[in-house]
Amino acid sequence: MKNQVINVIIAGLGGQGVLKASDILSDAVFRAGYDVKKSEIHGMSQRGGSVCSDVRFGKKVLSPMVPVGEADFLVVIAEDQVEVNRHQLRQSGVLIEPKLIDLKTLKNQKSLNVALLGILSRYLDIGEEHWKEAIRSNLPEKLHGVNFDTFTLGRSAKTD
Amino acid sequence: MNQTDRKLLSGNEAIALAMCGCGVGLGTGYPGTPSTEILENFGELGGKAQWSPNEKVAFEVALGAAYAGARAVVTMKHVGLNVAADPLFTAAYTGVSGALLIVSADDPGMASSQNEQDNRHYAVAAGIPMLEPSDSQEAYDFTVAAIEISERWRIPVMLRLTTRICHSKTIVRLRELPGPKESPTFVRDIQGRVMIPAYARPAHHRLRDKLAEINAWNESSTLNQRFGEESTLGIITSGISYVHAKEAAPTVSMLKLGMTYPLPLDFIRSFAACVDRCVVIEEGDPYLVDSLRAAGIGFEGKSNIFRFGELNVGRVRKILKGDDTPEPVPPRGKPPQLCMGCPHRTVFEILHKLDCIVSGDIGCYTLGVLPPFEAMDTCVCMGASIGVGLGLRHSLPFEQARRVVSVIGDSTFVHSGITGLVEMVYNPPETGHVVMILDNGTTAMTGLQEHPGTGRTLGHRQTGKVIYEDLAKALGIQNVHVIDPSRDAEGLKTTLTDALQRKELTVIITRRPCILAAKKIIQYEKEAMHCESCSCEHAV
Repeated sequence: MKNQVINVIIAGLGGQGVLKASDILSDAVFRAGYDVKKSEIHGMSQRGGSVCSDVRFGKKVLSPMVPVGEADFLVVIAEDQVEVNRHQLRQSGVLIEPKLIDLKTLKNQKSLNVALLGILSRYLDIGEEHWKEAIRSNLPEKLHGVNFDTFTLGRSAKTD
Repeated sequence: MNQTDRKLLSGNEAIALAMCGCGVGLGTGYPGTPSTEILENFGELGGKAQWSPNEKVAFEVALGAAYAGARAVVTMKHVGLNVAADPLFTAAYTGVSGALLIVSADDPGMASSQNEQDNRHYAVAAGIPMLEPSDSQEAYDFTVAAIEISERWRIPVMLRLTTRICHSKTIVRLRELPGPKESPTFVRDIQGRVMIPAYARPAHHRLRDKLAEINAWNESSTLNQRFGEESTLGIITSGISYVHAKEAAPTVSMLKLGMTYPLPLDFIRSFAACVDRCVVIEEGDPYLVDSLRAAGIGFEGKSNIFRFGELNVGRVRKILKGDDTPEPVPPRGKPPQLCMGCPHRTVFEILHKLDCIVSGDIGCYTLGVLPPFEAMDTCVCMGASIGVGLGLRHSLPFEQARRVVSVIGDSTFVHSGITGLVEMVYNPPETGHVVMILDNGTTAMTGLQEHPGTGRTLGHRQTGKVIYEDLAKALGIQNVHVIDPSRDAEGLKTTLTDALQRKELTVIITRRPCILAAKKIIQYEKEAMHCESCSCEHAV
């Protein structure tokens, strides 16, 4: 089997749930049995600044950081962070950005990160049960319902 | 596959699990990105974990535990080891009875630090073995190995991490670990533990003998691994650089060093002799490069441009190509800023308005340097605000000297500001001085950790509390004020203006909880109130 590594970068601003989204994504692919590595910078970036997190998965992953220009998917939670991160995306890569979601349909605006994961999930070979389990284990119980709904909304959204 | 033994963990989480598995009796430290989560996780897993006022004290507490025969771990960020360097060097002489593991988390690229010092030099300078994991699995395995080495040779051991090891999550397979050893007990060893010159001289010889033995052992240790038969190119590497190199050049021969002090030079030499071209891939300073060069081993290093910042796959590809053309500068993201509603905002607005010369310090409030405040003129290391402020006051002409203010956070003040305050009382500048302690009731920058000024332990239980205003008064400082900057901005401005006019010593404590911590603090206080009326384990 060829060792194809899928590179995902999730970007946004501090407080938008970038790290939560990459936790859910890496947990879902982990549950699906892949090797996975996730990497980001904590610290100063917590204070409202740009944040980005790399998730890589496949049969075997080496570096935890996505090489520049080799992201297969770039998920951006803040529209104004798209240009800052575009250089990360490979030519044939897929950009997943907030304008793909009708924000009015979100029950909770804070769950935009999970809605975008819903869109991402359509491109990835990961069973829905793993996504649900990952959401369940990374968020407090009272948020499960709204995030399951948001995820489904993203997963079924029209994007083209 | 047994899912319960396979976990997706950060390096910090993996180390905490290994500490538990080895029966580590005490974990100490001071919060510092990227090391902070090790002790937090260890505490959550049921281990005895404590924040100390600073890394020096944390080191000494762990050393005492290791003298008693316990397995002890002390954690800190790279600059923390500067603070703890004093006990480090002599602890190498005394050795330990149990185990002492020093976790140093370096920050190449300075994601959240004031410098990118390479702490591998400390292992060499102090003379203690050093292990460098390359992912969370090795963070777990090497913690166990380091404790074994420490116990076998009765020597402190350094586990040297970097940001990407601490904070990256990778898969770890857990295994059965040895558990605690025998119970601690005091064994008198005056000549081994009391470092007067007469006893320290033989102790230094003992240290060098131990290191020679460990060096011989490391020549065939499984901590170092050799892969591949390719003879045209060989790479010598360690830590996170290994995974970048392995991805950049998957088919070449590779020597991956797990224990990088004392270096297995014969093993390295034999590897280098087997390949036509040998390249050293290391992040940061040329530590391996200098050591191998001194040993007369032939190899290539990296161009100077790669000494700065982190390595990654792309940079390793460039090093291997010998390409040192300038690298493209990535687009600048949005810089961090003080939170909206942060009580520090008012303080910096006032300092800016009064045109103060601000001697700053390390914490969230360092962001007071950025627009719109631009109210900080120096920031060097933990606690330096007070000493540097005093030096400015002593040397500047009067009209400038009287505008100097030292600004320090609550946790930083306990860490290393107290001695600065003593200096102020002992050597007061002619113009007097003003110290502002920005007390937001938490160690905010590193993620809301407790400290001795909050009166709560690492696990948020009630304990003794340092009261800053009482401390300042006890030192004999004439003017001590406590002001809530959010409620009484005008009062703060008046008090500061007045203090700058006086040729006296003033401490102004601006007290208002961090907006990120406020809810949690109320919750902890409620729990403490509840506990005061019962006799449960939470009570003091």
